[in-house]
Amino acid sequence: MAGTKKLRIQDLAKIREKTKSLMAIREGEGRARVTVHMGTCGIAAGAREIMEALLDEIGRAKIQDVIVTTSGCAGLCNKEPMATVEIKNQPPVKYGDLTPEKIKKIFVQHILGGQMVAELVLGVGSETMY
Amino acid sequence: MKHYRAHLLVCAGTGCVSCGSFKIKEALEKEIKTRGLQDEVQVVATGCNGFCERGPIVLVQPDGIFYQLLTVGDVPHLVEEHLLKGRPVKKLMYVPPAEKQPVPKMKDIEFFKHQRLIVLRNRGRIDPEKIEEYIAFDGYEALGKALTEMTPAAIIDEILFSGLRGRGGAGFPTGKKWAACAKEKATPKYLICNGDEGDPGAFMDRSVLEADPHAVLEGMVIGAKAIGASKGFVYIRHEYPLALKRMEIAITQARENGLLGQDILGSGFDFDLEIVQGAGAFVSGEESALIASVEGKIAMPRQRPPYPAQKGLWGKPTVINNVETWATVPNIIRRGADWFQGLGTETSKGTKIFALVGKIANTGLVEVPMGITLREIVYGIGGGIPDKRDFKAVQIGGPSGGCLPAKLLDLPVDYESLTAAGAMMGSGGMIVMDDKTCMVDIAKYFLNFLQDESCGKCVSCREGTQRMYEIVKGITEGEGKESDLALLEELAQITKDASMCGLGQTAGNPVLTTLRYFRHEYEAHILDKRCPAGVCKKLIRYVVLSEKCTGCLSCKKACPTEAIKGTLKEIHLIDQSKCIKCGACKEACRFEAIEEQREEAIQII
Repeated sequence: MAGTKKLRIQDLAKIREKTKSLMAIREGEGRARVTVHMGTCGIAAGAREIMEALLDEIGRAKIQDVIVTTSGCAGLCNKEPMATVEIKNQPPVKYGDLTPEKIKKIFVQHILGGQMVAELVLGVGSETMY
Repeated sequence: MKHYRAHLLVCAGTGCVSCGSFKIKEALEKEIKTRGLQDEVQVVATGCNGFCERGPIVLVQPDGIFYQLLTVGDVPHLVEEHLLKGRPVKKLMYVPPAEKQPVPKMKDIEFFKHQRLIVLRNRGRIDPEKIEEYIAFDGYEALGKALTEMTPAAIIDEILFSGLRGRGGAGFPTGKKWAACAKEKATPKYLICNGDEGDPGAFMDRSVLEADPHAVLEGMVIGAKAIGASKGFVYIRHEYPLALKRMEIAITQARENGLLGQDILGSGFDFDLEIVQGAGAFVSGEESALIASVEGKIAMPRQRPPYPAQKGLWGKPTVINNVETWATVPNIIRRGADWFQGLGTETSKGTKIFALVGKIANTGLVEVPMGITLREIVYGIGGGIPDKRDFKAVQIGGPSGGCLPAKLLDLPVDYESLTAAGAMMGSGGMIVMDDKTCMVDIAKYFLNFLQDESCGKCVSCREGTQRMYEIVKGITEGEGKESDLALLEELAQITKDASMCGLGQTAGNPVLTTLRYFRHEYEAHILDKRCPAGVCKKLIRYVVLSEKCTGCLSCKKACPTEAIKGTLKEIHLIDQSKCIKCGACKEACRFEAIEEQREEAIQII
């Protein structure tokens, strides 16, 4: 924060830009949403490391409008750790057998670049709900 | 600031704070740390979320999940399930009355769905103690625009054209007030923010000051530029400690950042603000009394004209507006008068905040577009009357407002409609009453408040409110005469006509509206010596039904005044001279052997 520095009009815009992206999450909006599956199976398989690696990457890239959430077991426990990537207006993509390296690759190629990491994909689209 | 995957927005308005929300915040922070999530999840204290009935409240973003009625004991489970495992906790969610399924998302809850947030746009969203969060959501953008792109005349024109009217009660056009002050030659000129909210049950201004103090501050600096004021005062009553604290923080932050003081935003404009604490007299909310109070004198209204815009604080031109009015100003400047014009009705533009209290399922703070009907507020947002009781009346406009009956539920809420119905917009208190409320008793309550708060300057108000109180009190105690009603009407009218300030001029309203819409209740008290709602204690009595009494002693033990005689297995008897009509015996009895009698038969015995 600017502290004791007197603000000028242009400073206001800078603060807004910087802070707003950090707070976009409070509106529940973002360009992409990544769900790390954190059931008991996921956590046991290392989902927390996946989460940490992902948040590190997001911080490093200074990208603020990617929403990271957690959810329970996705049902395919032997493929844990898993994550689902949802880019706005596109069907969700599930990745499995993740490692910190793999999630970094997904972040760069899929979330930032918009290209699925085909060799790691488990499936595209949602399950049918009854 | 850093990037967090989740933000927990803990409501820290006065309502939730008194329910322990700071303890919830502490517990959340502790649990999050225990789970090692402190770098992923941020806990933020926000201003009043509005749904006070359900506090303490936590909103989890980005999921939009709304948790309510939280206790410290719920916190570990909540953190583990939702934040660690990603499973929102159903049992902590809101379940609408008469339904079984919880509504997980805040935006789907009826209470929030129908509101239109302009003044309260930052409530439950920003930390009111952090200026950068206010700036993030377009804060001070309007100020930048007003200081660098607009002339004072252009600002006034914009406010004038927007149709904004004072939110403090009377509804005077804000732009007109500003224009009148701007054209005065005398200097210095002053600005005042009237935060002396005194209506029973009202907490609109309090919540705005607590949730978004920078919005009030920004509005005032814009107003200062428009009229050429160099100094402003924020008047807040001392019993609003949280509002005072947050306003002080806001002023300090604004000064440090060059948004108050000399050369604001490098534009060459100077303006500063000071907080004045009020002692809490109701009449201080009247503008000329408030000015006297700021000057260090007794808060007592004076004759007008001259209006404050000509001769106000220390005899200098002064603009005095209510908290909500000031907080609306930045929105109009930022988004344009055309946008504001498009909201509300022909004569009442924009939105209004109401404190929804009394016999209503969803107690809380709501912001709604002008022109919405009372029914939509009471039943749509408010969720109706609890315990399956019937709606009887809604009291609008504070002590000098009026009680409107069920047949007026479809009345649109705007300045003119409310005044025509005998109530007034007031600052926005809305007290809902059910069929167990006695309207004569309500009139008595407000008259007692008014006769206590009357400053005593005008005979009509000082004596009028007192006499009306005595008469109505007599009626509730069974001593009413048939001639009382005409006398009450006459007194109310004289108090209205002959008093100088708004307090006196509206002091007759509680009597006049209850007489207009609930005359039959007065008549029941006077002619039948009966209180239809069973509220007025002198007109009811409790008796033991001998055929049902088993002589179990329960009622005798429950009676606080030892008014019940009887021994085990013998029929009990209530000594009416000792009975205070608290109803404790009726509650204690398991055999329905105690009856509350309200009929005129009582009098014959």
